[in-house]
Amino acid sequence: MHEFSITQSILSIALEKANAVNASKIAKVNLVLGELSGIVDDCVEFYFSFLTKNTIAAQASLSFRHPPTRLRCRNCATVFSPDNLNWTCPNCQAQTVEITSGRECYVESIEVE
Amino acid sequence: MGVKVLTISEDILSANEEIARNNQNQLDKHGILAVNVMSSPGAGKTSLILQTISRLKETVRIAVIEGDVASTIDADKINKQGVTAIQINTAGGCHLDANMLEKALNNLPLKDIDLLLIENVGNLICPAEFALGEHKRVMLLSVPEGDDKVYKYPLMFTEADVVFINKVDLLPLLEFDVASFTKAVSGLNPKVKVFQVSAKTGQGLEGWFSWLQEQIKETKSRHGS
Repeated sequence: MHEFSITQSILSIALEKANAVNASKIAKVNLVLGELSGIVDDCVEFYFSFLTKNTIAAQASLSFRHPPTRLRCRNCATVFSPDNLNWTCPNCQAQTVEITSGRECYVESIEVE
Repeated sequence: MGVKVLTISEDILSANEEIARNNQNQLDKHGILAVNVMSSPGAGKTSLILQTISRLKETVRIAVIEGDVASTIDADKINKQGVTAIQINTAGGCHLDANMLEKALNNLPLKDIDLLLIENVGNLICPAEFALGEHKRVMLLSVPEGDDKVYKYPLMFTEADVVFINKVDLLPLLEFDVASFTKAVSGLNPKVKVFQVSAKTGQGLEGWFSWLQEQIKETKSRHGS
């Protein structure tokens, strides 16, 4: 739901890093957005396309990687992927878990020319 | 010139995090406890804040920041209680961010505040992602919303220091399983405090008031003022 501010931050990180190496063009931005981050690719694409106008990222494409939600049972340490709304440990049936993956929200790399 | 790959691994929200840290430093300098209050729209954030003001205002210097998409309805209610309230209108934005809090802090008499209550925009998703510089995060879930929200909005529940089950006076009318909800919240977030309250009638709020007073005392002693 907050893709606009997310996209602004993505662009500002990409531009800063590209400028630091005097790149003339950003070709690609590789993003890692975990399943739990709730960020919608299409929205990011949409905002990115107009926020980048008149910048060296104007032609850049976006690539998305979405690590799935992974949980670790606090009772028996089993790591598992949850069913939709069932976050019960499949091994010991405890209902006490820690999120180990799925919250990622970062710019992994950029490709510049 | 060929294509070069620059590895970055930078958190997209890092700029927000940095401003949030500055905000917290500023709050710490004045010995202020800042509490971020989050929930869906209509879950009872303003009512909880009003109850807290009415109970504590004789002994604690309180200020309130009201985040809303539009209007000053909530800030007006708080001001009527004789407490300073600043309204932030996000103009459509779904959450407060650290930058907005920074601006609001510049307009508050920080040396005259012990407790800053920040009412976030009503939303169970985005506010959890944006640190403001607060010390504690509290969230309300009102029983009409249903007991299945924990795994639908897990981040909000993972990040909270306190979860209120609000509007418990409506429990007889609804199918809300308090025990299974509490178990799910505590399973995800073992350190969380869960209070069953009615922010309208005041039922169950004593535990919250004591918890809050304890936090204020700790903040004061940490800053030696």
